Amino acid sequence: MNNDKLIIGGHEFNSRFILGSGKYSLNLISAAVRDAGAEIITLALRRANTKEQENILDYIPKHVTLLPNTSGARTADEAVRIARLAREIGCGDFVKIEIMRDTKYLLPDNSETIKATDILAKEGFVVLPYMYPDLYAARDLVNAGAAAVMPLAAPIGSNKGLATKEFIQILVDEIDLPVIVDAGIGRPSQACEAMEMGVAAIMANTALATAGDLTMMASAFKDAIEAGRKAYLSGLGRVLSRGASASDPLTGFLRN
Amino acid sequence: MDNRFLVDDKHLSPAALQKKHRLENDPASRTDHMQYMQGMEQIESDIMDKVLSEMNGYDYSSYTAADVKAALEHETCTVEDFKVLLSPAAEPFLEQMAERARYETSKHFGNTVYMFTPLYIANYCENYCVYCGFNCYNNISRMKLNMEQIEHEMKIISASGMEEILILTGESRSQSSLEYIGEACKLAGKYFRMVGLEIYPVNVDEYRYLHECGADYVTVFQETYDSDRYADLHLLGHKRVFPYRFDAQERALMGGMRGVAFSALLGLSDFRKDALASALHVYYLQRKYPHAEMSLSCPRLRPIINNDKINPLDVHETQLCQIICAYRIFLPYVGITVSSRESESFRNGIVKIAATKVSAGVSTGIGDHESKYNKKEANDAISDESETGDEQFEISDSRSLDDMYKDIAAEGLQPVLNDYIYM
Repeated sequence: MNNDKLIIGGHEFNSRFILGSGKYSLNLISAAVRDAGAEIITLALRRANTKEQENILDYIPKHVTLLPNTSGARTADEAVRIARLAREIGCGDFVKIEIMRDTKYLLPDNSETIKATDILAKEGFVVLPYMYPDLYAARDLVNAGAAAVMPLAAPIGSNKGLATKEFIQILVDEIDLPVIVDAGIGRPSQACEAMEMGVAAIMANTALATAGDLTMMASAFKDAIEAGRKAYLSGLGRVLSRGASASDPLTGFLRN
Repeated sequence: MDNRFLVDDKHLSPAALQKKHRLENDPASRTDHMQYMQGMEQIESDIMDKVLSEMNGYDYSSYTAADVKAALEHETCTVEDFKVLLSPAAEPFLEQMAERARYETSKHFGNTVYMFTPLYIANYCENYCVYCGFNCYNNISRMKLNMEQIEHEMKIISASGMEEILILTGESRSQSSLEYIGEACKLAGKYFRMVGLEIYPVNVDEYRYLHECGADYVTVFQETYDSDRYADLHLLGHKRVFPYRFDAQERALMGGMRGVAFSALLGLSDFRKDALASALHVYYLQRKYPHAEMSLSCPRLRPIINNDKINPLDVHETQLCQIICAYRIFLPYVGITVSSRESESFRNGIVKIAATKVSAGVSTGIGDHESKYNKKEANDAISDESETGDEQFEISDSRSLDDMYKDIAAEGLQPVLNDYIYM
């Protein structure tokens, strides 16, 4: 297990929990780092674009990798501009692309995301695109130079768990980059389930932000993600999908 | 006409008084409120017809407790469910509605509460809207700030920590020209991250110009969606034209604005119908412009200078809370703003349930931020009393940004000063 690193764009991480940015609070950031062991924290650039007395950047420990996102972008062009701005203000080379043209469901626009990925990867960014789990789009993102793909499990903030499970499994099976599940994970058990499927990491925010006890929920996610990862690495035993299995084989009558 | 609104000021000339009385008493002396005036752009849109036909057919007395229980059990709140939640039958279920509303708010917004402040830069007005302190027949101190004065106000507000500003004017194109407002927006860009506008409605190309000047959010209150009642309350001026005002948000989006805000002024007419129409206005426009950000305000009538009898009638805090909860359940993704017209206790309570944006450090007067923020007497801050303009209405919650920030944080919520980037 000790050698089991998450590798994104050549960077190694021990933790497979990534803190999302949707509901932000300083308590949440410290719980994610201290209790969930997060080494990557997403930061909405539009939220960091503040002169607020409590600047978010000051609260993020030095060993944590910042993952600025492009929320607020409605087109590839806007996402590219936000990413460049993030790099200019010292947020590093990682960028999570979020492009939404729907304020109701906040679903990502895959085609604009592919365009932005192509431009930013060429500029040397480590690009992590948030996407709707579509195999063709994922392949295009790989070809465009993405460092990982981040399919949604369910609509953002919905805490509905792995609503797109079958399609995420296809990405895990077919895409050679890390598949990071982003959005929709509401419970540690859902995070564990995704990790058992072979997903590389989990991003969550609302599930922690809205928990009664932030600290305890953060550590519950840590445990669940580690448990799921161990189960995946150990090779899950068979799980019966229907009925029972006869202990005497049905084909035992065959004589050769 | 409901005469609690009508006040004759002793300073009015006999001719002005005569015209005022004729407008008030003789409907034939008024223009047709459904007819566009010269220069008003008419866009292709069916949203108004959809909203008004739903509103006109709404019989809120027809619902029962069983309908309310069913509506609260549905995972997605339909238009029909929303009508149920706005009805008197839902009032006894207010606590359950609040729980559901809080759940939806937390899903979409977490614990965050945004803060902003309005900046009135002029209070000249060419309309006679009988309930408004700025109306052209109300004898108040009028003022229009010049660019230097606007910048002075902005510096004071910015120094308080505020990052989002809403620039307001009275509705006078001749006194507050488009260019004047545009220049104010450019100035605001120096001091604030987010610039919103609440001004007279304009055409698409004019909204585009204002967007290019740095504004990105347009608020227009329809006041009431009952067009007959609207005609009885807005007796004179361009604001009298009901459909031009109705389509303002759509024109703003066509002009490139990122977001738009809506509201009825609760207490002017049948509040349940007005609340239904306000939310449906958002709902249908969001379907047509899914990328746009939308928000709802829920102001109630307040007393104004020279008329302290104005009040929100049957919209008590309970009804207001019901409306806000119903808005949240029906439109979970929409921002809800609760202004300083409401009391401190109401605002502290409602941000825990459904409101996502509150104003702080509010003045509805002109050029008086220095005296209000520094708690100086007006005469200490400025040499001549005529250098401030009177207020549009009386506010109820006068907390500063600092106090509001602390109060929100003390409730376990996260105050946010900016979540925006101008593209």
